[in-house]
Amino acid sequence: MTVAETETEERIIRYNNAFTETLRELLLDDPDIFIAGEDVGRYGGVFQSFAGLNAEFGDERVVDTPIAEQAIVGLGIGAAAVGLRPIVDLMFMDFVMVAMDQIANQAAKMKYMYGGKATLPLTITTTGGAGLGAAAQHSQSLEAWLIHVPGLKVVYPSNPYDLKGLLVSCVRDDNPTVFTLHKKMLGSKGHVPEGLYEIPLGKANVVREGTDATIIAIGMMVGEAEKAAETLAEEGVNVEIIDPRTLLPFDTEAVVQSAKKTNRIVIVHEAVRNGGIGAEIAAQIQEEAFDYLDAPIARVAAPFSPVPFSPALETAYVPNAESIAEGVRGVLYRNV
Amino acid sequence: MATKQQSKISKAVLLDLHRRMVRIRLLEEAAGRLASEAKIPGFIHLYVGEEAVAVGGCVALNEGDQITSTHRGHGHLVAKGGQFKPMMAEFMGRSTGYCKGKGGSMHISDLDLGMLGANGIVGGGVPHAVGAAFANKYRKNNLITMAFFGDGSTNIGAFHEAANMACALHLPVVFMCENNEYAEYTPRERVMAITDVADRAVAYGMPGVIVDGMDVVAVYEAAKAAVDRARNGDGPSMIECKTYRFYNHAGVSAFGTPYRTDEEVREWMERDPIKLFEAQLELAQVLSAEEAQAIHDEIQAEVDEAIEFAEASPMPDPSTDMLTDVYTEAP
Ligand SMILES: Cc1ncc(C[n+]2csc(CCOP(=O)(O)OP(=O)(O)O)c2C)c(N)n1
Ligand SMILES: [Mg+2]
Repeated sequence: MTVAETETEERIIRYNNAFTETLRELLLDDPDIFIAGEDVGRYGGVFQSFAGLNAEFGDERVVDTPIAEQAIVGLGIGAAAVGLRPIVDLMFMDFVMVAMDQIANQAAKMKYMYGGKATLPLTITTTGGAGLGAAAQHSQSLEAWLIHVPGLKVVYPSNPYDLKGLLVSCVRDDNPTVFTLHKKMLGSKGHVPEGLYEIPLGKANVVREGTDATIIAIGMMVGEAEKAAETLAEEGVNVEIIDPRTLLPFDTEAVVQSAKKTNRIVIVHEAVRNGGIGAEIAAQIQEEAFDYLDAPIARVAAPFSPVPFSPALETAYVPNAESIAEGVRGVLYRNV
Repeated sequence: MATKQQSKISKAVLLDLHRRMVRIRLLEEAAGRLASEAKIPGFIHLYVGEEAVAVGGCVALNEGDQITSTHRGHGHLVAKGGQFKPMMAEFMGRSTGYCKGKGGSMHISDLDLGMLGANGIVGGGVPHAVGAAFANKYRKNNLITMAFFGDGSTNIGAFHEAANMACALHLPVVFMCENNEYAEYTPRERVMAITDVADRAVAYGMPGVIVDGMDVVAVYEAAKAAVDRARNGDGPSMIECKTYRFYNHAGVSAFGTPYRTDEEVREWMERDPIKLFEAQLELAQVLSAEEAQAIHDEIQAEVDEAIEFAEASPMPDPSTDMLTDVYTEAP
């Protein structure tokens, strides 16, 4: 297949396969890249996200590690500090907490503490999100913990196309990045070109243009926001949807512009509302566009409890198209 | 050193060991079935094949002693005396479950029984055993704590920190390692340069012994020695039980997985701890095959009743139960 062909043809693949394909192309592209993590080698990862890579690139470049999250991230830090470009995997975002010292105290601060001398082209991959009955320690969305740390970059793709471009940018970035997949989206599909391309970090995507209100949604919530937008369109409400894609650095300009246009903002995330990224985004918008707002900024997010196991609770816990639509009606004062 | 001639285990204890193993087996087989029918949501890590470890360990304990557990925790709770109804209800996410449907299989627990909780974080429970043991020593209550953990969990920092602390503080802890040769889908030899986890014990300053984890009597005897030692104030010890999980890391497929051979699985199944023990009991004229069957039938009936109970139980109600149990105070 020629490049020209792939560019015109819709090439539909799964989110998870886009991840694997990107890793493969990166490994082919740059001999300094290696991957390490639990079960990522021979088995191909618990979600098969690394399938085939160990067979193709060998044990040196696709490394099965012990269960040792601190040492896994530390391995990446040390290898990056001396010139490699590691990709280390933390399987579930909940395990980020186990490695938090290495991430927040070590990786994020090394450049600064050493007067700019250390460069850490390190990518940490992980999977977040609820919806699989995986309960309190395997379902969390912890991006707010990460965006609080100067020195990190934090990325959360909402579709296969962005996944590829953002992953390439993360791996090629000379700073430590945390790249989060949503485990419930692994099977979702979308257009992904063959070959490496970059989507710049820190640039939001306007998923849908609209005039009446803006939904800012991240990760799996982008798809839910799109569904909500369709329902709302039937009610005569025309919403704009912005997917920040990169959570740190955050594209303040994009959301402020949108706020100035629609004057009403709803922020959606799966993490608990308290201290979530929605609070930060709302603060930034009111700092820059207070006079443009026609309603208080609304947040649609999870209640302030750990992620429940029972499907009866979990279904109600995770925001969805319906609760997002309600949020939009709220800022339009259309609630009854 | 304990020798064979000292190992005069009473008939009552032998029957107890047997019954508890069968209880785990039949509950797990049912749970696996229900999970494959999607009646149990989420991840389920079955204990089938490893029954002798939890049972040999827990029968050596006294009432009031505590245990900590892992993601593979059903067997630990049953061995400690857990009831089928609230377990099954919890697996199915019902409000009548041990954790009111909030924790599920991976967080099954009964603190009243001294089962301090299954844990979704590998190694996460081991330090809790040290803390409970600290409290026991502090209160001079003559209770001890047993930590169950897998081979894979001995590679994480929490385990090492806890083992060292327990020894440094000379606490009444027994470290019970279930070495089933795999951590998820990765064989031990790819992630550890030693074969025997027990080798690690010496580095902390405690004895480490290796036992056949498919032989419930061997596990019980080693556990009893370690428990007595802890209770006598002689400090922690480690027991490594060589065992095997018959099913996949999660779920119920035993065969046809890419990371272990069917042949290997079959070989271990030949050494089914329950079958081995039943053969021994029959030979020793402690329990006939018919009597064993009657025990299976009786326990199966209890499992079936628990399933009925769970299925008839209500789900938690989001409008009232979402914010409860987060804090001590009501929301
Ligand atoms: C901190 C952490 N890292 C990774 C995992 C994912 N995980 C769950 S079980 C498991 C393997 C545990 O192996 P082992 O301790 O040998 O117990 P086994 O499953 O064999 O009983 C892993 C890696 C986890 N739950 N927690
Ligand atoms: Mg194991």
